[in-house]
Amino acid sequence: MTENFFCMRGICKRYHLADEDVPVLRGIDLDIERGEYLSVLGPSGSGKSTLMNIIGCLDVPTEGEYVLHGQQVEELDELELARLRGREIGFIFQNSQLLARLDAQKNVELPLIYAGVRPHERQRRAAEMLERVGLGTRRHHFPNQLSGGQQQRVAIARALVTDPTLLLADEPTGALDQKTGKQIMELFQALNDEGRTIIMITHDLSIARHARRVVHIIDGELTEGKEATWA
Amino acid sequence: MSALRNLTGGLSMLVESVRMSVSNIRQNRMRSFLTILGIMIGVTAVIALVTTISGVSSSISDSFSSMGASTMTLSATGTDLQGGLTAEDMEEIAGLDHVDGVSPSVSLSVTAARGDAYESGVRVSGRNDDYFAQEPDAIVRGRSVNPIDLEQSLRVCLISEELVETLFYGVDPIGQALYLDGTQFTVVGVLAADADASVASMLSGSDAVVIPYTTALKMNGDTLVNSLTLYIDDANAAETVEAELETCLDAIFDYEDDTYTITTMESIADTMESMLSMMSALLGGIASIALLVGGIGIMNMMLTSVTERTVEIGLKKAIGARPGQIQAQFLIESFLLSMVGGLAGVVLGIALSAILCQVLGTGFSLSYGAIALGVGFSAAVGVLFGWSPARKASRLNPIDALRRM
Ligand SMILES: Nc1ncnc2c1ncn2[C@@H]1O[C@H](COP(=O)(O)OP(=O)(O)OP(=O)(O)O)[C@@H](O)[C@H]1O
Ligand SMILES: [Mg+2]
Repeated sequence: MTENFFCMRGICKRYHLADEDVPVLRGIDLDIERGEYLSVLGPSGSGKSTLMNIIGCLDVPTEGEYVLHGQQVEELDELELARLRGREIGFIFQNSQLLARLDAQKNVELPLIYAGVRPHERQRRAAEMLERVGLGTRRHHFPNQLSGGQQQRVAIARALVTDPTLLLADEPTGALDQKTGKQIMELFQALNDEGRTIIMITHDLSIARHARRVVHIIDGELTEGKEATWA
Repeated sequence: MSALRNLTGGLSMLVESVRMSVSNIRQNRMRSFLTILGIMIGVTAVIALVTTISGVSSSISDSFSSMGASTMTLSATGTDLQGGLTAEDMEEIAGLDHVDGVSPSVSLSVTAARGDAYESGVRVSGRNDDYFAQEPDAIVRGRSVNPIDLEQSLRVCLISEELVETLFYGVDPIGQALYLDGTQFTVVGVLAADADASVASMLSGSDAVVIPYTTALKMNGDTLVNSLTLYIDDANAAETVEAELETCLDAIFDYEDDTYTITTMESIADTMESMLSMMSALLGGIASIALLVGGIGIMNMMLTSVTERTVEIGLKKAIGARPGQIQAQFLIESFLLSMVGGLAGVVLGIALSAILCQVLGTGFSLSYGAIALGVGFSAAVGVLFGWSPARKASRLNPIDALRRM
């Protein structure tokens, strides 16, 4: 273990359904270094989202060890997990998931509210981040007044506003057309160039290619990636 | 410095939670309104009942204290040898310190007739001159019972205005004949309708006919008096008088037990008050059931809300919301709902009890205790019934929540 920034060993996830164990992840080993841009590529049902939830400390593995930022995740209590999620990880979900009742600005402020950042500072940071993703003029639009791509940008701004060390994206372009998808990918590239660690999950090879490193997940098993053989 | 930062951060988090709660409440206008209504009705009922009853009870104790502790009622069953008080006994009692006068009361029920008209079940009280001396407003017209009437057991009577209406309609009753159970009496005076405000009459109804008590005793075939009212000149001396009276009565009745009962104003007022406070507790209890139902309404709404907002909760957890923060959010929401309903209920309840007190003719006084009660109750209901839904929300597994996306 080099730096202990991100290290997974033998991660298994099984669901117990009707007296039958359903293995979803079967012994995943993964090391990621700070500043990497990794994409996890796999077909539907291969366990991508399950893996991402474990990486994001939203879910716990049935077996295996996971060290993030020098912390043994299995040993953390709920409060420490919440803090880790709030400070070290930025989530981008497949369908952006903004709170419909809050405008773009407030949606981006939300993680800072939970982190206890003072109003002045969080307003400034949220505005800055919206500017950064190109929505400086749409700050007070509500989600239903934004296009899908714009919503996804707001979600990205929200994921970035806490200045997380790790950006986690599950199918970030899944709901977008090619052109907008490409813009998002450019944004990711820029973020990575700034030194941000990114893990992107996708079933789309052309999207996965944007990453510097690609790993394949098939039936819950990871293989380090030459180009996909299944595609 | 960092503590200060934490504090302001926490404070702004609270402000944000309140804002989000308000927006959630607004989001479901109808549902929130109905939930608030439930609490409002409960608090209104509690406040209205408690304030009205406390108004009634304070007006009762006011009227008691305006009459003062200046009378005392004695009920004497006596011994086998002497089943009541003789005229000498009464004189002895009247001679006690601070006793201004004594008025025996001999009651009987008769049929009063004049010509063809009659009235049965008429309440007749035998009284003496002391009674009229103490109750100067008892007579509207004519004269009262005088010592000669008493000494000679004359058949004279005073009748109530009601009886004048029924038996002497259009005729001046003074000097007219009235037959009580067939015995002829002469009407010498008319009694005021409500002037007799003594406790005894408050409890038993007012007299229709008053005759000299000696005459009443004769009609009953009796010589002894069983009921006596003492008039005391100094309310503060009531206890001394009571003690003296006891000594005196013990001597009269040969130191036997259970021969008499003394009822003071104070003891009646105490009984009344304890009855009222029991009633207030009972009605308050019933009204609290309405509040309980309101609380269940809040719980129901919050549970629905938690289920509906599962995704939102999961998302918030994913971006770093701590369980406590989620719980606080929902608690604030149910607290706000309950407080809005509670405050509206306090205002309505006070208005309602003001109206009720007006109707009942008792004094209304704004009770800060009742306001505190209403506010406290609704706050407690909000927290109590919001607790479990809020806890449920805070314990939601973010994965289960996000899977629904
Ligand atoms: N709670 C659960 N109980 C049982 N099985 C589950 C549960 N959650 C996920 N699974 C199973 O785990 C497998 C992987 O699911 P996952 O959501 O990780 O797939 P995915 O790779 O993200 O697919 P997609 O590309 O369609 O999103 C699926 O076969 C699914 O049925
Ligand atoms: Mg998935």
